[in-house]
Amino acid sequence: MSYITVKDVNKYYPTDNGKRQVLKDVSLDIEKGEFICLLGASGCGKTTLLNLVAGFEKPDSGEILIDGNKVTGPQKKYITIFQNYGLLPWRTVEKNVLLGLEDEKIPVKEQKERADKYLRMVGLGQYKKYRPGQLSGGMQQRVAIARALCVEPEIIFMDEPFGALDAITRMKLQDDILKLSLEGNRTVIFVTHDIEEAVFLADRIVILEPNPGRIKQIIKVDIGTHRDRTRDDFLAVRDKVMTCFEEKQPDVTEYYI
Amino acid sequence: MKVLKKIFKSSLIFIIVIVIWQLNWNAGIYNRSLFPSPLQTVKALWYEITQDNLYLHIGASMSRYLTGYIIAAVLAVFLGLIFGYYTKSWEFVNPLVQFIRPISPIAWMPFIVLWFGIGDIPADVVIFIAAFFPILLSTVSAVRNVDRVYLRVASNFDISTGKTLMKIIFPAAFPQIMNGFHMACGTAWIFLVAGEMIGTQSGLGYLIIDARNNLRTDILAAVIIVIGLIGLGIDALMKYLENLVKEKWGFGILEKSR
Repeated sequence: MSYITVKDVNKYYPTDNGKRQVLKDVSLDIEKGEFICLLGASGCGKTTLLNLVAGFEKPDSGEILIDGNKVTGPQKKYITIFQNYGLLPWRTVEKNVLLGLEDEKIPVKEQKERADKYLRMVGLGQYKKYRPGQLSGGMQQRVAIARALCVEPEIIFMDEPFGALDAITRMKLQDDILKLSLEGNRTVIFVTHDIEEAVFLADRIVILEPNPGRIKQIIKVDIGTHRDRTRDDFLAVRDKVMTCFEEKQPDVTEYYI
Repeated sequence: MKVLKKIFKSSLIFIIVIVIWQLNWNAGIYNRSLFPSPLQTVKALWYEITQDNLYLHIGASMSRYLTGYIIAAVLAVFLGLIFGYYTKSWEFVNPLVQFIRPISPIAWMPFIVLWFGIGDIPADVVIFIAAFFPILLSTVSAVRNVDRVYLRVASNFDISTGKTLMKIIFPAAFPQIMNGFHMACGTAWIFLVAGEMIGTQSGLGYLIIDARNNLRTDILAAVIIVIGLIGLGIDALMKYLENLVKEKWGFGILEKSR
């Protein structure tokens, strides 16, 4: 059995006139250590799928297992990183990173060493005493990444984490997250609507389509771990993903003249 | 220079009021024994400061004010956190709160005197009532406005409900709670004087009643000015603290750039 199993999941959201189906018969198997990108246009249910696996929401039918256990709620072993960072603005960078360790029975000194280690890993060693509001968006997201790594999670969920950043910062953070995921052999599930981002990061790209949200195709990205955004093999995968999106929807409109 | 200009700008209206006041007094439209001149008022103020222990009265008022206010703040924040977090509980008690809130704290005065006797307690209770509701309501709405992402972060890091309230929700809501503290400070100061008008032998409210009983309109005017000045000082202090909080929470930069 695979590490994460999503089986026949359906999810509805209530609307003014009844309910809307956001996910339809979604099934997906993810192996330990895989980097999975959920890719699709807005409204295809990719964030909902992430929230279901992360435990923030519950499916209306079907089941989700991680490591053989049914997902009933969020856990410290599986940390989510949000688009708007979710940092606590009244705490310093260091105190933000320590958030997940405070309730554990680890000596304060050790906690601080661990926070320091991960802050340096994301290149923010000198910014410990700053507050999130004093940092740029890219730096804030690095703090959130350090905070997640600090509890040494098995899975990291990322919900369009670089969506609010400029293109150059985004590329830099993509490099970093790819490196970090390889180092720890962590499983990463990453939501994005950026095709290049998905091709750059993922082992497999799960392409979703909307109305109702469902998996259209899963594309394996077999171009090794050292990826170059301009190399032929990269472009070939990108084209493959693009073709998948461009494929014409069957026209169901009926015309009466 | 800039500071001087600012002081002049905000004191201009006071100068105008004092001039009109003086002109009115000169014209003698009102009975002069019922209408003190600015100079008489200043003299009365000087007399109160030097001969009548104004400081002690201010001290007495402040201690009642702080007692009532602090008890109200602690209780209102505590209840506000719980009611704000457990939405259903707020739906349950909210009708009662909305029923009691518009009743002037002064209306309770006869009951307060019957139940608590006279002395410091009636003033404490009136201030408590005046301060309690603004803080409660702003805390409840602040907690409900807390960004959902903080709650998700808390549950993701397995932080218990009690600790989430203390470590996440209270600080996240604090800038808006601070706004409630600020409003409540003003309301409570308004009702302090009324609270001190019954059964106390000290305080600014007592001075008002005492001046009335002796028909000392100059002292009356002087005490009114003192009450206004202290109110102004409290407001300025709270405004300063509120901005300090906002700055520390990282909203200060936004506020300033406006």
